Amino acid sequence: MTNSKFIGAMLATTLLAGAAAAEDVTLTIESWRNDDLAIWQDEIIPAFEAANPGIKLKFTPSAPAEYNAVLNSKLDAGSAGDIITCRPFDASLALFEAGHLADISGIEGMANFSAVAKSGWSTDDASTQFCVPMASVIHGFIYNKDAFVEVGVEVPKTEAEFFAALDKIKEDGNYTPMAMGTNDQWEAATMGYNNIGPNYWKGEEGRLALLSGDQKLTDEAWVSPYRQLAKWGAYLGDGYEAQTYPDSQNIFTLGRAAVYPAGSWEISGFNALVDFEMGAFYPPVQNAGDTCYISDHTDIGIGMNAATPNKEAAETFLNWVGSSEFATIFANSLPGFFPLSSAEVTLEDPLAQEIISWRGECESTIRSTYQVLSRGTPNLENDTWNASVAVIKGEESPEDAGKRLQDGLASWYKPQM
Amino acid sequence: MATARSNRLNTYAAHGALILYTLIALFPVFVIVINSFKTRKAIFREPLAMPNADNFSLIGYETVLKQGDFFLYFQNSMIVTVGSLSLILVFGAMAAFALAEYRFKGNTLMGLYLALGIMIPIRIGTVAILEMMVQTGLVNTLWALILVYTAQGLPLAVFILSEFMRQVSDDLKNAGRIDGLSEYRIFFRLVLPLVRPAMATVAVFNMIPIWNDLWFPLILAPAEEVKTLTLGSQVFIGQFVTDWNAVLSALSLAILPVMALYVIFSRQLIRGITSGAVK
Amino acid sequence: MSNPENKPKFRWHIVVFLAPAVLVYTAVMIYPLFNTLRLSLFTEVDQERMFVGLQNFRTLFGQSVWSDQFWNALGNNLWFFVVHMLVQNPIGIALAAILSHPKLRFASFYRSAIFIPTILSFVIVGFAWKLILSPIWGIAPDMLDAIGLKSLYAPWLGKEAYALTALSLVSVWQFVGIPMMLIYAALLSIPDEILEAAEVEGITGLAAFWKIKLPLILPSIGIISILTFVANFNAFDLIYAAQGALAGPDYSTDILGTFMYRTFFGFQLQLGDPHMGSTIASAMFAIILVGVCIYLFGIQSRMRRYQF
Repeated sequence: MTNSKFIGAMLATTLLAGAAAAEDVTLTIESWRNDDLAIWQDEIIPAFEAANPGIKLKFTPSAPAEYNAVLNSKLDAGSAGDIITCRPFDASLALFEAGHLADISGIEGMANFSAVAKSGWSTDDASTQFCVPMASVIHGFIYNKDAFVEVGVEVPKTEAEFFAALDKIKEDGNYTPMAMGTNDQWEAATMGYNNIGPNYWKGEEGRLALLSGDQKLTDEAWVSPYRQLAKWGAYLGDGYEAQTYPDSQNIFTLGRAAVYPAGSWEISGFNALVDFEMGAFYPPVQNAGDTCYISDHTDIGIGMNAATPNKEAAETFLNWVGSSEFATIFANSLPGFFPLSSAEVTLEDPLAQEIISWRGECESTIRSTYQVLSRGTPNLENDTWNASVAVIKGEESPEDAGKRLQDGLASWYKPQM
Repeated sequence: MATARSNRLNTYAAHGALILYTLIALFPVFVIVINSFKTRKAIFREPLAMPNADNFSLIGYETVLKQGDFFLYFQNSMIVTVGSLSLILVFGAMAAFALAEYRFKGNTLMGLYLALGIMIPIRIGTVAILEMMVQTGLVNTLWALILVYTAQGLPLAVFILSEFMRQVSDDLKNAGRIDGLSEYRIFFRLVLPLVRPAMATVAVFNMIPIWNDLWFPLILAPAEEVKTLTLGSQVFIGQFVTDWNAVLSALSLAILPVMALYVIFSRQLIRGITSGAVK
Repeated sequence: MSNPENKPKFRWHIVVFLAPAVLVYTAVMIYPLFNTLRLSLFTEVDQERMFVGLQNFRTLFGQSVWSDQFWNALGNNLWFFVVHMLVQNPIGIALAAILSHPKLRFASFYRSAIFIPTILSFVIVGFAWKLILSPIWGIAPDMLDAIGLKSLYAPWLGKEAYALTALSLVSVWQFVGIPMMLIYAALLSIPDEILEAAEVEGITGLAAFWKIKLPLILPSIGIISILTFVANFNAFDLIYAAQGALAGPDYSTDILGTFMYRTFFGFQLQLGDPHMGSTIASAMFAIILVGVCIYLFGIQSRMRRYQF
């Protein structure tokens, strides 16, 4: 008697436990953001799991350099996770067209995003979205406030003021004027050309004209930023040709340089490393009073593996990403990655507040080469890296750089042919 | 005999050259190890300074040991490396023996076929290999890695071992046959001990790319339970913020087991030589 | 020995010896590789795979956008190989010769110490040497300054003319241990009787090396040369760890491996193109195959092998 009751109780508990366990869905998230692992584990995941019992999250990032290759291989073979962190524009568009990313235009979370925010993860005709926009990064210059005071330099607003300030710092001799190297190549294009460039090609106006074929890369608007870059070499410090990205970060945070051409993602890292006060200014305009333009680039999105067996749980998660709760947690644990949702978010970090305030003063645009223009061979983004470095080193003239890039683009892009 | 060999000048010159090269070889490693014990600022302020009271920091090692089960990763790396090496050596030696010893139709062709694998980087077959592992259910298991590394190491093993086996005296083997030993006995008892130096060499330079490989663990076995040490270390390499303390500490830690394996194998090599060469 | 009336026994042992290796190798390596190489005969149009024969090869060698990169990578790879043959192998052989001297003390210490670079992962090697050669953190400039050669210093890894040579030398530094090990094993298997007989004739020291040891280890030197060739033309990891997939500055460190990886798997905004990637891989395979065949039929078959 007691035996069977006991057995019955055991069976019942196992059934219940089994049932409860069967309720728990685990979603695996693919990402390249190794940097964010701690944040996800300590803040984001607990917040989500508390609000959504029954769904567990596993954040499993891969090394950023390998992410695209590894993700594509896994998707092709069917071993990728349920949630995919999306690179903006063509990299994810290709995944969607190959059927790896699910169409999520209809989920309620998408209602919180503007058309510009969604553009990084929509089809060319903007009809279908395949990733929820997560964050954008803004470009500008971060500077060492203490150094500026010491040398006696004001925050520059125009081109002329900018180079005057750099000259004064160079003369003073205690600080390297700007911390940037050309070894890794991408900084020259991303924090150089595409940082100051929008002021010359007037942001979205120029970029869209380039897309439609109304402007060419040999136009003055596109060559002028290279003329500016050609002057930077003198201010970058000895041996900048072999200076890598981590070197530049270290030079600035150790207080050896005064100005750092930056993307806003640096904020959380720099906060932990500096022992001086930091400020930021947006790219100087040509003439006083001009409208300023900033590169406000849609950088990270998050979408759903079309082959996931846990569609409902995945949609719940993606909706949560579109909410203001997520936006607040994300914005404050990762200052410098600005949430794209239209929900109200209060930022605590002063540098992040400063930078996001630029959205009110200046016109926003995304990086020029990212939408459509890097689809063919030669790849315009890679070539822009190459040209920016060459111009800074003085190996190529700005006009030649512009011509080379235009020839490359025109060789495959129909509107420019 | 002793006088002919002991030329003082030669000895000094020999030691001098060796010491010079040893310094060149060890200097970068020295830089890595001392910096893994310093704070991040100190690494870049004075890369050559020894860790002292001011800049000593175990923060790298702490981060590494806190983030993930490094003992498990170490175990996985050991299983994969030792497993692959065993298969490479056994299968490779057998195939090398067949190619070196017996004349048969297609011997050269088989040799060339097996050598094909040396020539192509196995990475381009990644997607097909991954598909195969998914279909056979081996994805996210250590077996997937062992199979891939074995296949990768066999061509070179066969190439090198067959070369050394050709140098084993025919008289010895024929004597064995006359004595009635089977081909298998001849292989295991007579030939294998004589090529131990080559086997140890093959083991040593297969073990390093297997231990240090990031690519295949990343694709075939990224799950937490089967992570290898190298894969576990790369979590510290971020997109914009590389935690160099942790990377240096993780990689310094990773050197130790390989060194231990190397010391073991190089001892085998010496033992093999001293026992096998004397007849 | 064999009775002419009986058919010779089928030599099962050959099959048994060969089977395991051939099976694993074929299933896990050859089959996927050829499947992928097959892709070079196809291209993708609107998500559909289309057979196009040799068109990808025509594109690779015909269109300047592709062929310039290819020939650049091939040229760089050749230089990479030349540096290894001229620096790595002679140093490895010399070290092995010194180490194999029976009376040498601390031999096992030297052996282990010199082999340590080979044990390191590419990430460590790349980081360590970038740190040492970096103009910012001053190790190399300061050291050169100490011996009065500061003017010789340049940010080598950032200059097109020097970056490839610098990285080739780093690679040599990393891999000297391998020729050293192989030659050391070969030298140790030379029986003492031969060396003693030579001594009786009065041939010792350097002469003994050139006249006796070198000819006897020629097969091993052959192996090392061909291995160096194959390894160099398949090389990828060090350049990738040090300079990234774009192999800067200005593609001056681009070798066939990085070119293929960048094309096959994509890089940044450049999408992966498995078809052109396979085409490059097939070209690499052809180049290496030609080199190996030249070695096998031209050199190895002519080498004298000595048995002890």
